[in-house]
Amino acid sequence: MATGIADSAAGAPAGQNVLGDALKDAFFAGLITLGLIGPLVGFQTVAIDTGAGSVLGLAYRPVTVAIMVGIVFIGRLILNLTIWSPNRVAKTRSGPTVFDRIGTAAGPAVKPLLLAFAIGFPFLATLMMGGMTQARYLLDVGILILTYVMLGWGLNIVVGLAGLLDLGYVAFYAVGAYTYALLATSEPVTHFFGGLLGETFWANWAFWICLPVAGLFAGLWGMILGFPVLRLRGDYLAIVTLAFGEIIRLVLINWVDFTGGGAGIASIPRATFFGIPFTAGEDGFAARFGLEFSPMHRIIFLYFVILALALITAFATVRLRKLPVGRAWEALREDEIACRSLGINTTNVKLSAFATGAMFGGFAGCFFAVRAGFVSPESFTFDISAMILAIVVLGGMGSQIGVAVAAAVMMGGMEALRNLDFLKQVFGQDFDPALYRMLIFGFAMVSIMVWKPRGLVSTREPTIFLKERKAVSGDLVKEGHG
Amino acid sequence: MDIFVQQLINGLTLGSIYGLIAIGYTMVFGIIGMVNFAHGDVFMVSAFIALICFLLVTTVFGITSIFLALAIVLVVAMFFTSLTNWAIERVAYRPLRGSFRLAPMISAIGMSILLSNFVQVAQGPRNKPVPPMVTDVIVLMENDGYQVTLAWKQIIIMVLTAVLLGGFWYLVQKTSLGRAQRAVEQDRKMAALLGINVDHTISLTFVIGAALAAVAGVMYLMYYGVANFADGFVPGVKAFTAAVLGGIGSLPGAVLGGLLIGLIEVFWSAYFSIEYKDVAAFSILAITLIFLPQGLLGRPEVEKV
Repeated sequence: MATGIADSAAGAPAGQNVLGDALKDAFFAGLITLGLIGPLVGFQTVAIDTGAGSVLGLAYRPVTVAIMVGIVFIGRLILNLTIWSPNRVAKTRSGPTVFDRIGTAAGPAVKPLLLAFAIGFPFLATLMMGGMTQARYLLDVGILILTYVMLGWGLNIVVGLAGLLDLGYVAFYAVGAYTYALLATSEPVTHFFGGLLGETFWANWAFWICLPVAGLFAGLWGMILGFPVLRLRGDYLAIVTLAFGEIIRLVLINWVDFTGGGAGIASIPRATFFGIPFTAGEDGFAARFGLEFSPMHRIIFLYFVILALALITAFATVRLRKLPVGRAWEALREDEIACRSLGINTTNVKLSAFATGAMFGGFAGCFFAVRAGFVSPESFTFDISAMILAIVVLGGMGSQIGVAVAAAVMMGGMEALRNLDFLKQVFGQDFDPALYRMLIFGFAMVSIMVWKPRGLVSTREPTIFLKERKAVSGDLVKEGHG
Repeated sequence: MDIFVQQLINGLTLGSIYGLIAIGYTMVFGIIGMVNFAHGDVFMVSAFIALICFLLVTTVFGITSIFLALAIVLVVAMFFTSLTNWAIERVAYRPLRGSFRLAPMISAIGMSILLSNFVQVAQGPRNKPVPPMVTDVIVLMENDGYQVTLAWKQIIIMVLTAVLLGGFWYLVQKTSLGRAQRAVEQDRKMAALLGINVDHTISLTFVIGAALAAVAGVMYLMYYGVANFADGFVPGVKAFTAAVLGGIGSLPGAVLGGLLIGLIEVFWSAYFSIEYKDVAAFSILAITLIFLPQGLLGRPEVEKV
């Protein structure tokens, strides 16, 4: 479908001046591009030091603008002459797309393969890099990706299954992280367990006790926040959850006595191997199991913890989907009014989805706190919510494997981008790909919605639309108050 | 009392800016039923265009008259911002009409992220300060050394807002474009059958919304003297709150809501705590949506199957 800036001359009679039209269209597209990016890319506001203080001045980048406009012009011209050409007979496809077919064909094999790869990854990385310490970076990236896989799967319950747009998912991630950080570093709790079960008990067991607590707490918060707002229609819900996410972050920043404010909470106890700390001493993990001490044991263990947590999330989702409540979630996503007429208590069903999603966010948050050993409100900005949402959207809402692949591609891809040195040679030394991360996320979200709104992997049953519904879009937008 | 009057003036100024942005939200919601999440970032883009244009006009072309410079900046910013919003609608929203319910919203969120990060990449993450443009103030009252002042820039903002709203009201109520807009809002299919170009009308709605947001952007830059790539987010949510508070879909409601949000924010900062002023605004959004979803001047929403 031609979704560009100007309409291509669809269905024009043959023999018309195709090249002329294409040139004209490409020219206008280039002109519009010039108008869009000209002011913001062509001029750069820079601080000029005048000796008496810096003044804002302008720098010019005409070449960059020319290159970008040129790309749009040529790209548009080529598209007009090939894919969007009026002489080309459009192929209508109603069946599954290439991705779906790949998904169906490879489906049975993909999941065990991916799982085996995920389990074997630490050993593979160690072998590849020639030592555990050298594999540290790869393992860190693996942990990062798995954290986002888990968050994506958690949010998938809310967005993908129940069809509730949650823009404040990071709030539950923060609740989980702060629950662990506050409980593990709290003096009274340490004293309480110290007197009861010995000095080192709390330091060694804090993570394992706090993990379920953090999940429950986040789920509880999900209920508290969800209950009043779940009566709202979809886009309102999105904005209110966004507001709640921001409120929680602002409270974390400003309630200095309780949360440590913007400085955050440091020196949070590390994870232990079910009570055995990863230290070099007598009682340490290495000594107990007769291994040579290495700080990498902890990292590898963390990797398996997050892998297990992610798998629990996936397993729970798969099972929940088969239960009445899971079926109700999906029915709710498709048509809320029909659900209500069939006697489903929509508020409770929504609440259960919201709380379940929040709970997994809380688990992930608790893991984040124990991995980093430090939490601060900086880690829980709207960008994180947006990134998780982008992963869910890209992967195909409701698809488990799609979300996992999207998380791996987006997070792994970003890390890879950071290490590509030749990019620096092309774009100059001060080129920082990390800056482009959110730009790519945003772009990917828009393009996936325009191009393939159900996500890259959408193997589930296609939703059937009546003809008139497609023609009059307003009906759809107003329908199904989710 | 002095502080109260001063805060009242400040609140009305801030509220005017929010009101202008809120109109963009409420118009788009009225006509296509989507929350244009990227509208706050369109506002931020307009502030940057205004900043660049202001620097060009004053340093390169050497125009010294501040009012002439402001007028040029205003026109240029309105033009480029309208073009931006037109293109956004064309590329990111129009193909999604008729798609599933969450699609336009997700696309709008993506657009919002795209815009703010595009500005960050193109212009850098730092605050961009401009020299103060209009500095004269009128002292209204003086009491024990505390001066209640009305700055010229506040007068400009309020007068400009009032004039624009008058013109805008005329546009919606009296012109054929306004009639077309209201018709499309009520029943898109019927309007199309009666010969109204629906796509054209929707495009124009985005253009008008962007032009008003651009005015707000120029005034924001003039008032605060600083622009930042992240400035679209919080004012955007607050303006949306204003639109919801006033009753989404209602144009006078958007302005009323904007003024109320501006006043609440300013008084909250003055009398309670400045740290929690955003929390106050966000809480109002949640409270309004829960207890008064139709807003102050809006019509209650009727569910249609």
